[in-house]
Amino acid sequence: MILLEHYLIVASLLFCLGLLGVLFRRNALIVFMSIELMLNAGNLVFVAFSRFFGRMDGQVLAFFIIALAAAEVSVGLAIIVVMFRKRGTIDINEASLMKG
Amino acid sequence: MDTLVLGISLETLAWLIPGLPLLGALCNGCATLMARRSGQVAPKPLITFLGVGTPFLSFMVTTFLFFIIRSTHHSIDTAPLFTWMAVDDFIVPFSLYVDQLSIVMTLVVTGVGSLIHLYSVGYMAHDKAYDRYFTYLNLFLFSMLILVLGNNLPMMFIGWEGVGLCSYLLIGFWFQDPEKAYAGKKAFVVNRIGDFGFLLAMFLLYTTLTQQGVDMRGGSLNFATLEAQRQLLAPVATTACLLLFVGACGKSAQIPLYIWLPDAMAGPTPVSALIHAATMVTAGVYMIARLNFLYLLSPDAMSVVATVGAVTAFFAATIGLAQNDIKKILAYSTISQLGYMFLGVGVGAFSAGIFHLVTHAFFKACLFLGAGSVIHGLHEEQDIWKMGGLRHKMPVTFLTFLLAVAAIVGIIPFAGFFSKDEILFQTFMRGHRVLWAIGFATAGITAFYMCRLFALTFLGKSRIDPHKEAPIHESPLSMTLPLMILGLLSLIGGWIGIPEVFKGHNYFHHWLQPVLGAGTLINESAHMHGTELILAVASFLWVFHVGLIALILYSQKLDWIKRCVKKMDWVYNILRDKYYVDEIYDFILIRPIHWLSQQILWRFGDEQIIDGLMVNGSAKTINLAGRLLSLMQTGWTQHYALFLAAGALGLVAYFVL
Repeated sequence: MILLEHYLIVASLLFCLGLLGVLFRRNALIVFMSIELMLNAGNLVFVAFSRFFGRMDGQVLAFFIIALAAAEVSVGLAIIVVMFRKRGTIDINEASLMKG
Repeated sequence: MDTLVLGISLETLAWLIPGLPLLGALCNGCATLMARRSGQVAPKPLITFLGVGTPFLSFMVTTFLFFIIRSTHHSIDTAPLFTWMAVDDFIVPFSLYVDQLSIVMTLVVTGVGSLIHLYSVGYMAHDKAYDRYFTYLNLFLFSMLILVLGNNLPMMFIGWEGVGLCSYLLIGFWFQDPEKAYAGKKAFVVNRIGDFGFLLAMFLLYTTLTQQGVDMRGGSLNFATLEAQRQLLAPVATTACLLLFVGACGKSAQIPLYIWLPDAMAGPTPVSALIHAATMVTAGVYMIARLNFLYLLSPDAMSVVATVGAVTAFFAATIGLAQNDIKKILAYSTISQLGYMFLGVGVGAFSAGIFHLVTHAFFKACLFLGAGSVIHGLHEEQDIWKMGGLRHKMPVTFLTFLLAVAAIVGIIPFAGFFSKDEILFQTFMRGHRVLWAIGFATAGITAFYMCRLFALTFLGKSRIDPHKEAPIHESPLSMTLPLMILGLLSLIGGWIGIPEVFKGHNYFHHWLQPVLGAGTLINESAHMHGTELILAVASFLWVFHVGLIALILYSQKLDWIKRCVKKMDWVYNILRDKYYVDEIYDFILIRPIHWLSQQILWRFGDEQIIDGLMVNGSAKTINLAGRLLSLMQTGWTQHYALFLAAGALGLVAYFVL
């Protein structure tokens, strides 16, 4: 029997993986993928709760997040492409000009 | 008052008295400003016409009103021109009050004032700021008339402050000289101390009346209201009178606030004559006479006034003995004579005080204008040891000065004799024997230093620098004419108050009777005539002989004088250095205040606390905080992500746990 807790555990594991990826990987593409992972962890939680409570608003929110993720990726990939063209690298530690 | 004169009501005439000098001041002021903008001086004939014409017109109006009051025996209380202040039940109407007392004062102010304006035409003829001078002088006359004619204490206070301001402006008239500018500042600051007392007294009177629930819709501090409610004021009378007297001490140069007057001689000489001898400095005496009903409630305050007056008279006269500057001697003599006036009003003889005020205005103005004529003739020489023998070169000045000296010394029948002896007689009769003795001694000292001044200036041999000698000449008519009039008044001015013992009618005292009421003479009953006569003759003989000795010594025995001074040089030095009062004040008051201001208030309070801690301190704190926080901005995306994650974790921890 697969309960709500299982979904939540999987989602939090996914979220932590994503977070670690954002924090420790330098490759901008991987960072983006990690962000996707975190977003989808969120999606999973929404959908799980939606199913659990028998209400649809969680699923609606999941669609919103998918759309948001798509938009974010399109902007983010464009930035990465430009960055690669300008600097020849997509190491995010190289993009540190804006420090205080 | 609905009496109409040539279609003009008496009220309008009353308003014209201060209004005309104000008009003069405004026109002259505008002319001066417009001329200065184009870098010129306003046209002299215009300035002279307005500056001298308006006071004269004002004097004529005053004379006219005087005769009306004399025939009708009514005072004129004008309707308010406007309400100056109306806060809740505190109401100050702007209206005038012309009665027997204020019309006398107004006559003196406008009369002597006009003569001095006329004199100034000659004296200031070559001054570059002729126009500015007349603006200030007219403004002074306006303020003084408001002081005298105002029908309530706040209006008197406007005038009081106005004359203080004009005094400051005119003492520092030649402000390019730092010493003169400093003298103006000193006068202003010392006067502020006195004004503080005046203000406190007004507050006290007002709160007392309010607490008693008096209906004051007609004007809160009107003299009439105060007089009508004087019984309610009895509990605070002593405090109020003493506070007012602090104001009088400042304005009228009495101990301990007299120190500004000798320095005020830095101004042009006609200013010294008008402001610092004849009119402004007598404001304190006038104020006490005006508020006689209040002072009569407090015998303690009266005796303080009398004592301070007598001591000041003596003290200033002794300083006058050893001064060498012609104007300084006259300044100390003014302080001394003001002391007499305060002695008079202090013992309750208000009319005698006012009488002396009037005669003093005549002869002291004459003395100052004479001194001005001498200074003018000698090209700004003021040291009496560098004068001498001027009687041939300046006959008119000499003669008028002689009349005024005789008046101040108190020779029968000159003006000063009647007024001064009135005060001394009243002091004696009211049982103040010690004060009388001080006054009597002071009369002798006065005779001595005035005759010394006269002898050194006009008699004996000339001690003038030889190269200055040649161009000395008598002053022009615009200067000698006022001298002649004032000299004549010094002779006959006292005749308005000849006591019955000299077969007079004491007209002056009867004139003031309606205002001063109980404060006028003790009835001059016949059995006192003997005492009065003895006192008068004794005082006359005393001043006559002392004066004669001084005249002879200082005109012919200068060697002997010099030997005497050498032998007693420590006394002489103390007197010459004015008992070191300025130095003592400097040590006790001015230095500590300077130190406090500089070290504590400025260096510590202002620089350290306000500038250092508060203004720069807050800026520095924010700057430092910014620097610290900006360390977090490494520019590395992953650091930001870390902070974000940590923050989110923190929030979760906060809400969940």
